[in-house]
Amino acid sequence: MSASRESGVVQVQGEVIATRRVGAYHHLTIVAPGVAELAKPGQFAALAVGGVTTGNLLRRSFSIHKVSPSGTYGGTLDLVIAAKGAGTEWLAALRAHDAVDVVAPLGRAFPLPTEPVPCVLVGGGYGSAPLFWLAELLRERGCTVEMVLGAASEDRLFGVVEARRAADHVTVTTDDGSAGVKGWVSDVLPEVFERTGAPVAYACGPMGMLQSVTRVASEHGAVAQVAVEEAMACGVGVCMTCVMPVRDKAGVTKMVRSCVEGPVFRGDRVRWEAFHDGVCGVPEDAVGAPRVGGH
Amino acid sequence: MAVDMSVTFGTRTLPNPVMTASGCAANGRELHRFFDVSKLGAFVTKTVMMDPRSGRGTPRMAETASGMLNSIGLQGPGIHAFVEQDLPWLKSVGARVLVSIAGNTAGEFADVARVLAASDAFDCVVGVEVNISCPNVANRGLVFACDPLASGKVIALVREQLPRDVPMFAKLTPDVTDIVAIAGAAVKSGATGLTMINTLLGMVIDTDRLRPHLGGITGGLSGPSIRPVAVRALWQVTAAMREGRFQTVPLLGVGGVRTGRDALELIAAGATGVQVGTATFNDPMAPQRVLTELEALAESHGVDRITDLVGVAHDRMVIP
Repeated sequence: MSASRESGVVQVQGEVIATRRVGAYHHLTIVAPGVAELAKPGQFAALAVGGVTTGNLLRRSFSIHKVSPSGTYGGTLDLVIAAKGAGTEWLAALRAHDAVDVVAPLGRAFPLPTEPVPCVLVGGGYGSAPLFWLAELLRERGCTVEMVLGAASEDRLFGVVEARRAADHVTVTTDDGSAGVKGWVSDVLPEVFERTGAPVAYACGPMGMLQSVTRVASEHGAVAQVAVEEAMACGVGVCMTCVMPVRDKAGVTKMVRSCVEGPVFRGDRVRWEAFHDGVCGVPEDAVGAPRVGGH
Repeated sequence: MAVDMSVTFGTRTLPNPVMTASGCAANGRELHRFFDVSKLGAFVTKTVMMDPRSGRGTPRMAETASGMLNSIGLQGPGIHAFVEQDLPWLKSVGARVLVSIAGNTAGEFADVARVLAASDAFDCVVGVEVNISCPNVANRGLVFACDPLASGKVIALVREQLPRDVPMFAKLTPDVTDIVAIAGAAVKSGATGLTMINTLLGMVIDTDRLRPHLGGITGGLSGPSIRPVAVRALWQVTAAMREGRFQTVPLLGVGGVRTGRDALELIAAGATGVQVGTATFNDPMAPQRVLTELEALAESHGVDRITDLVGVAHDRMVIP
């Protein structure tokens, strides 16, 4: 049960080979042949939960933490999961040799700079998961990597030790001050942009954080590439539930699917003002927006 | 011996009865990465209206027990972009296409059908599915399919715009007191067949925030949890046609099909074709898998043709 390789995505019956707790999260290593050869940082995997007769039908999507094309077990895929509902709790309870259906890689990856420039990588909570792999690729291209990791508290940070290995410099923030600087990533970002002169930022995390990274980046003349965490039912582009308002190159706003057109968007193209407290509206100037008396 | 899986709707014969369900498969490219969509009996497109539509804001979706609630708001590119981009692509891969159309008014349905019928790639269209389970702007937003007169009017107007040999299916909502009355009105107005069922209207409240979960407040319930409702609707309409209350037409069963067994259940209740919808979100290979499983099941029942099983449960009731 596997899609053709030419299509850029595979559906495979994966086998969990390792699980471990990391702070508030679970780190899964899954044997998933065919994924590693295709995947790039910023792309995600959509996992079925609960087994073949489950009542939880919707896939759970996670950005890919890392991949290894060939090891002792064949190609592997690493994901970081926060158990916060029926599906993610099932995934967190998986043990070595358990089976899990994987569709990956999905979505647009982070675009990489063509020149060796300084880059700022910002992760909120376990949103940092794809950034270490990204940092490796950037440094291979001669970029310097500045990493900023933020979370509500120390146990909700992910990958601080890995960051020190993967980046040239690391700053940590927590809302409660339990680790690093007390405050938000947006509090420390202005100094980071000023010190490094980075023309590009890569960010993954909650919407509010992505918006603030975009704002600070713009204020310093940098482009933010943000990977969004939208609720998805299918992950493959058919359910139309993960849409958000984004401007295209011509400046025209459309409700686009974050699973296929994203999850990585240029932050300055996202219509952040449409998001309020877990709800996103359709901007009036979006293509096909509801008209008065219409739909 | 292999079972003959072919099914016929009016003038069109399909190699097998399994289809995607409208709104659960986009317009083909996405699923074609996982399986060849031309291997299905037909590919059913996402409902298209006259103009581009953004759909609603988010959240658009909530997971429910064995199903989900959705409130997309008929997002789509509009019929002109559809016939210029989506339909030619489906034709290029050899898909047989059942095009789902809708309108804010009965007249808009007809306009959409006219543009479709005049399009270059129309020869890959094996039928039109008229999604009358959408709000009628001219009647305070009442869903067309809740009113036999409005349903009949839409069907009659669309029929005029389509060549006579093109099958036309009316897609019915189960959210009515008497689905047989709506089915009869659609058939009497010229529907070649009926698709049953659309989603059921539902609602979920977010108990953390204590507010409606969906941006659109209410949404359509789909998935295996609604399958018994689909079986019931197919059963009731099939029984009415067998009693001669209106002309017998082919039915397309849709609602909670996840396996070949589920497809067979709808067929035994009276469906000639079967659409796979929400299960595709769980397994992008679901439509192709359901076909494989259905074929094996039909063979295990010892029939020569899949059509031998259509409505078979009506003949097998044990009356003590």
